[in-house]
Amino acid sequence: MSQEYAVARVVVDVMLKPEILDPAGQAVANALPRLGIAGVDSVRIGKRIEIEFADDADPQQAREIADKLLANPVIEDFTVRVEDGPA
Amino acid sequence: MRVGVVTFPGSLDDGDARRAVRLGGAEDIALWHNDPDLRRVDAVVLPGGFSYGDYLRCGAIARFSPVMQSVVAGAKAGLPVLGICNGFQILCEAHLLPGALVRNAHLHFRNRDQLVRVESTASAWTSQYTPGQELLLPVKNGEGRYVADVATLDELEASGRVVARYIRGNPNGSQRDIAAIRNEAGNVVGIMPHPEHAVEALTGPSTDGLGLFTSVLAHLSAAGAMT
Repeated sequence: MSQEYAVARVVVDVMLKPEILDPAGQAVANALPRLGIAGVDSVRIGKRIEIEFADDADPQQAREIADKLLANPVIEDFTVRVEDGPA
Repeated sequence: MRVGVVTFPGSLDDGDARRAVRLGGAEDIALWHNDPDLRRVDAVVLPGGFSYGDYLRCGAIARFSPVMQSVVAGAKAGLPVLGICNGFQILCEAHLLPGALVRNAHLHFRNRDQLVRVESTASAWTSQYTPGQELLLPVKNGEGRYVADVATLDELEASGRVVARYIRGNPNGSQRDIAAIRNEAGNVVGIMPHPEHAVEALTGPSTDGLGLFTSVLAHLSAAGAMT
């Protein structure tokens, strides 16, 4: 018998807007031929933030956190999703 | 005149900024990130460094510090505020200035003496310069590339809010070579190079930076004379 609990986790992905140059992503893309990998057009690097709530996952509040702090809307877009954790 | 300099955890240039304030002829007042009290200052400098470790994004966490709530309210009421380097990043994060500062296009930290051209003297911090004047100031940043959407850039240009531009080389890939901008009212200025490191012949490449600190005194004296 396992004790039942839910992980109240919301995942926020933050990405630079497409029009903002991502030199770090370009550096990664430029290194790929050294791995013998061809055919990659572009690499862009973002951040993944996992937020664990004490009670139920609250995507609304996560969205507020993302909008006010995690992402800068001037240069970044974000997505918010509730992650199905192990029960 | 009392000019406050904020120290955040991770600030590096607060000491030099306070020295520049003194050399400019004002009394330097220490302000603390965790204290909303601005101690009756007449102007505020947000210095360079790595506030809160630059975690998440440069300036993102500093924006929510207690002192910044007072700085934002003051700036909206006309308090002169100068953000240098990390301070510029904080002003953008706090939406006191438009745009953002992101990773240098070439990914290298740039540390060198850099020429900039003064584009606007219509601010609280640049009135003692002449338009077109060239200043030699140290730059030292890894995330100093100014970006904004085209409409914002056009608006900044059209309204004379580009305060200084890099000349003879752009150290970080800033759009339109922008080194410094101001808000609409002219009391808030953000600058990426370091005027506080160019105030004495002994330690700086020039004394060209002193003008920002004397300009704010002239601005405050003129404002005081009018009231």
